[in-house]
Amino acid sequence: MATEVRRDGTPLVEMRDISVAFGGVKAVDHVSVDLYPGEVVGLLGHNGAGKSTLIKCLSGAYQADGGEIYVNGEKATINNPRDARRYNIETIYQTLALADNLDAASNLFLGRELTTPMGFVNDAAMEAETRKIMGRLNPNFKNFTTPVASLSGGQRQSVAIARAVYFNAKILIMDEPTAALGPQETKMVAELIDELKRQGLGIFLIDHDIHQVKALCDRASVMKNGQLVGTVHVDEVTEDDLLGMIILGKQPEKAA
Amino acid sequence: MTDTVSQTSTPQKRKLLDTLELDTRLLGMIGAFILVCIAFNVLTDGRFLTPRNIFNLTIQTVSVAIMATGMVFIIVTRHIDLSVGSLLATCSAIMAMTQTVVLPDWLGLGLGHWAIAPGAIIVGLIAGCLIGGFQGWLVGYLGIPAFIVTLGGLLVWRNVAWYLTNGQTIGPLDDSFVIFGGIGGTLGETWSWIFGIVALAFALFSQWQGRRSKITHDFPVKPLWAEALLAAIYAVAILGFIWLLNSYDIPENRLERMFEARGAVMPEGYTEGYGLPISVLLLIGIAIVMTLVARRTRLGRYIFATGGNPDAAELSGINTRLLTVKVFAIMGALCAVAGLVASARLSFHSNDIGTLDELRVIAAAVIGGTALSGGIGTIYGAILGALIMQSLQSGMAMVGVDAPFQNIVVGSVLVLAVLIDIIYRKRTGAK
Ligand SMILES: Nc1ncnc2c1ncn2[C@@H]1O[C@H](COP(=O)(O)OP(=O)(O)O)[C@@H](O)[C@H]1O
Ligand SMILES: [Mg+2]
Repeated sequence: MATEVRRDGTPLVEMRDISVAFGGVKAVDHVSVDLYPGEVVGLLGHNGAGKSTLIKCLSGAYQADGGEIYVNGEKATINNPRDARRYNIETIYQTLALADNLDAASNLFLGRELTTPMGFVNDAAMEAETRKIMGRLNPNFKNFTTPVASLSGGQRQSVAIARAVYFNAKILIMDEPTAALGPQETKMVAELIDELKRQGLGIFLIDHDIHQVKALCDRASVMKNGQLVGTVHVDEVTEDDLLGMIILGKQPEKAA
Repeated sequence: MTDTVSQTSTPQKRKLLDTLELDTRLLGMIGAFILVCIAFNVLTDGRFLTPRNIFNLTIQTVSVAIMATGMVFIIVTRHIDLSVGSLLATCSAIMAMTQTVVLPDWLGLGLGHWAIAPGAIIVGLIAGCLIGGFQGWLVGYLGIPAFIVTLGGLLVWRNVAWYLTNGQTIGPLDDSFVIFGGIGGTLGETWSWIFGIVALAFALFSQWQGRRSKITHDFPVKPLWAEALLAAIYAVAILGFIWLLNSYDIPENRLERMFEARGAVMPEGYTEGYGLPISVLLLIGIAIVMTLVARRTRLGRYIFATGGNPDAAELSGINTRLLTVKVFAIMGALCAVAGLVASARLSFHSNDIGTLDELRVIAAAVIGGTALSGGIGTIYGAILGALIMQSLQSGMAMVGVDAPFQNIVVGSVLVLAVLIDIIYRKRTGAK
């Protein structure tokens, strides 16, 4: 990556020693990761490695059984998605968290509607704002009044991304944001990630495409069976090194 | 998607509907309703579409229609409420006991005191709200399926009503309470016209405001002729309805008694129409408020979002548990209002009041286009659904269809309506 990330200050997010168990399954087992402003950290691992579960503790969807989360060096209590939003943590979920029966604007502002002075939801204003931000993110987006159920995967993903961007996220979590997208749309998301990084956001990016992780991320944390294999600077390892970590769970020769 | 639609109807017709931005499903329901009316009118030699019958049809529909508006929210959030008929009975029993025993005897106000009717109504509303909210808490916070909670409620509240009244008919009810029943409380011709004109002015005003708001945000608007056509439809519908209700004349001996009560003598040949019943006014008010809640408030937005995707709603920071409590509390309050209308119409509380109403209410909501899979439904649809159900029922009674066949038809219509709905959604590609 061209831009150097400074890691001498306090990290934007620190997840320390996080554990989550579902019944007997240790989905996340004493994992620690961190994230600095302007940095993209990739989370890698097989299906079921525990990536989604780990970041859901940060987004407030799950509560960790053990461990602590620090935001800007201060201990953060995140019990639900509302708490996470208060820390400017926004999440784009793997299974798109959109209400299919509502239009783009209603989804973008869900839970944070713009209202008129009388307290009614201001649909016109929300649609106008949505048109504005979509003009920036995805100029091809035209369906502002139909329920999002009728939109393509890429268009739906733009709504999810617009939602995170519009509310000035400082910490962005993207769980396989391009899994449902075509090459064109994937490129759009990649450009967007670069753009947000330049603006100083910290991004956790879960992605299966090692190529893409090498291109977009500064560091990568690899998980296997709920445990952290290790965290590496992507410039200092090869794709084969990363594959080795994912498949065999072994550290590369010259560990970061 | 557009392709498949234009195949099924002539392109020209489609263009007209698109320009008017009318809901095709609403038009379908209105069409079905008109068909039912015309069919029964033919079968009854014109007795179905008389002002008298339309008046009666209207006041018979009110109580179910009021509850159906609440059932829309319940079903939209993917729940069900089987207890509404029983809850209506409990609220009705509470209101009846409050106005015949608690307030006049225990609190010593005496019968006929002005505070009795408002007091009873407030107590009933609070009871409905609390009971509904309690059921919502069981569903939302304790995770018991709504089907089970309200199936239990169906039995519990029916028998709480029985216990409260010892199973007896309670009445006569307070005079000012009874005006909410329908025929016992109407606006009269003049006030009905005034109401109609104000309502029309209001409808036209909101139409104009909607257009203006679109223009300020540079959104596309309908052509002026389309707006004018819509305005004309509103005018005919509202004023025509008032005219019909005004055309049902109060019987002569009843008018004479009204004049006597005022200490006057009725002039020769004097006639007066009933006009708009207060119960219908109540329904219109509730319909407007519920529509506003559904479309213009955060609560409504969250109700529909939760129905569309509960996980998305939760992840967007919506407290879906509390939302469930609110939705059931609204339903409970509406059961109380329906109980007010139903018992006032009879002028007494009877032990079997509201029996089987849960089926009518759910059927009204579903026939009115509320999707059982959640996330979709309209208030006006549910009211129209209630009207269609009631028309079928009273039409068949007028034609002389045997009671068992009436119920067989109503049950079949419910199933058929859902089938048509499924086909319609598939055709239009909607969810
Ligand atoms: N809600 C849940 N209930 C039970 N088990 C779960 C739940 N969510 C995830 N798991 C389990 O936790 C493990 C990690 O899953 P997940 O975090 O989704 O992995 P990944 O996102 O890396 O593919 C898997 O074994 C999965 O089956
Ligand atoms: Mg996952």
